[in-house]
Amino acid sequence: MIYLDYAATTPIHKKVLEKMMPYLKDSYGNASSVHRFGQEARQAIDESREKLAKFLNCKLTEVIFTGSATEANNLAIKGLVQGIKKEKSQKIHIITCSIEHKSILESCKNLNVTYLPVGIDGLINLDDLEAEITPDTDLVSVMYANNEIGIIQDIEKIGKLIKKINKNKQHKIYFHTDAVQAANWLTCDVEKLGVDLLTLSAHKIYGPKGIGALYVRNGTPIIPLIVGGDHELRLRAGTENVANIVGMGEAISLISLDKSIEKLRDKLIKQVLKIDGAKINPYGIPNIANFSFDGIEGEALVISLDQQGFAVSTGSACTSSELVPSHVLKAINLSDLDAHSSIRVSLGKNTTDKEINNFLKTLPDVVDRLRQISGR
Amino acid sequence: MYSEEIMKRFTNPKFFGKLDNPDLIGNAGNPQCGDLLTIYLKISRKKITDIKFETLGCVSAIAASDMVCELAKGKTLKKALEISSTDISKQLGNLPVLKVHCAQLVTQALKDAIRKYK
Repeated sequence: MIYLDYAATTPIHKKVLEKMMPYLKDSYGNASSVHRFGQEARQAIDESREKLAKFLNCKLTEVIFTGSATEANNLAIKGLVQGIKKEKSQKIHIITCSIEHKSILESCKNLNVTYLPVGIDGLINLDDLEAEITPDTDLVSVMYANNEIGIIQDIEKIGKLIKKINKNKQHKIYFHTDAVQAANWLTCDVEKLGVDLLTLSAHKIYGPKGIGALYVRNGTPIIPLIVGGDHELRLRAGTENVANIVGMGEAISLISLDKSIEKLRDKLIKQVLKIDGAKINPYGIPNIANFSFDGIEGEALVISLDQQGFAVSTGSACTSSELVPSHVLKAINLSDLDAHSSIRVSLGKNTTDKEINNFLKTLPDVVDRLRQISGR
Repeated sequence: MYSEEIMKRFTNPKFFGKLDNPDLIGNAGNPQCGDLLTIYLKISRKKITDIKFETLGCVSAIAASDMVCELAKGKTLKKALEISSTDISKQLGNLPVLKVHCAQLVTQALKDAIRKYK
């Protein structure tokens, strides 16, 4: 079986697992305990937080571990909205983007939100953003790299724009970015990007599932969604998942931002486009290619490829149980049929030239068979 | 996720393709849901003597198309109209809840064809 779904999740790195194992076995202390077991756990968490702080170029007190990136996104939006409410009586206004991850879109539901459209290239227009900012605007949240197509937004430029606007604004606009898909490839230096909040996930960077993190710039008036003890600088209660936190720290420290896989992705695109009726959708980060194929349906293609030994996904793993076309593909103005006929192929550290060659050998026949069934 | 029967029919559908000079053609589906179905019928003495389908759709839609053809073949038009989406779902070893509409679509296509009989 050849795995080409690294944007859904990545295999855990050997070194990550090795670092985690002691905390799943003998070093089982609760980091809140004052005895040696607890001290050991606390130290492991502190060391991991240091690794994230180094990666983000931020202070230790600005890194909050969460149970997932989804939780971090929820905390960024809802935690800030609830935190700001206390400070002013005016209406909260959020600006986000139509191709955000569901965890952002759902967190924004029932709030006063402006959704920025994207062009057919998948990019938001900075003039649109500037035009939508009002004196009431409190939060801008824009995804760094999209999970379905991989398109990259210019976060640094948006950061600068917001900084400029903030100079003449009565109350600050906070800037959040979901950097889950970007972290393997692009800088997450929060000073360079000019963000106040940034979301990371461990399992997209060869770390364990069930752990994410939120960077929260000091002074950001965020309040916790999960309350209880004083864990995670009082922003996320619950006994720390020490092994996962250690794993995330190690995964972060192993990030090299090496983009050489891009060559393999570009070869894949070039060869797939030789198939009649194959289209490449807009792309960005080095490992994702999203294709549409005339006359076939994405899920049928994914299952057929699975039968042939290749794991890819439809638009996004989160939307595969729904019948409506992906909101991202619709946002870049794909027709319903093109959106339904899309698959996402995503490469990773272990992907080889041989794997891509095998995939390219199999794909045309699979597409052909499904077109015979559809008669199109 | 899918039953053996669904996978079998998706992998090796028996009834896909066009019929030469069909007596009836029925359509169902829409681009929004992602499924487009066409069913071709040959009729003799009010009986379905041959049937084929062309389906642009998901695994369940293709499997359900193949199943509706098998259930309808040899039946009188009247009997064929009685084939329900529940029958198809049952014969397929139960469709996932989200995919029950695929069985509804294939019966719609069959009904659309039979409706045109004069």
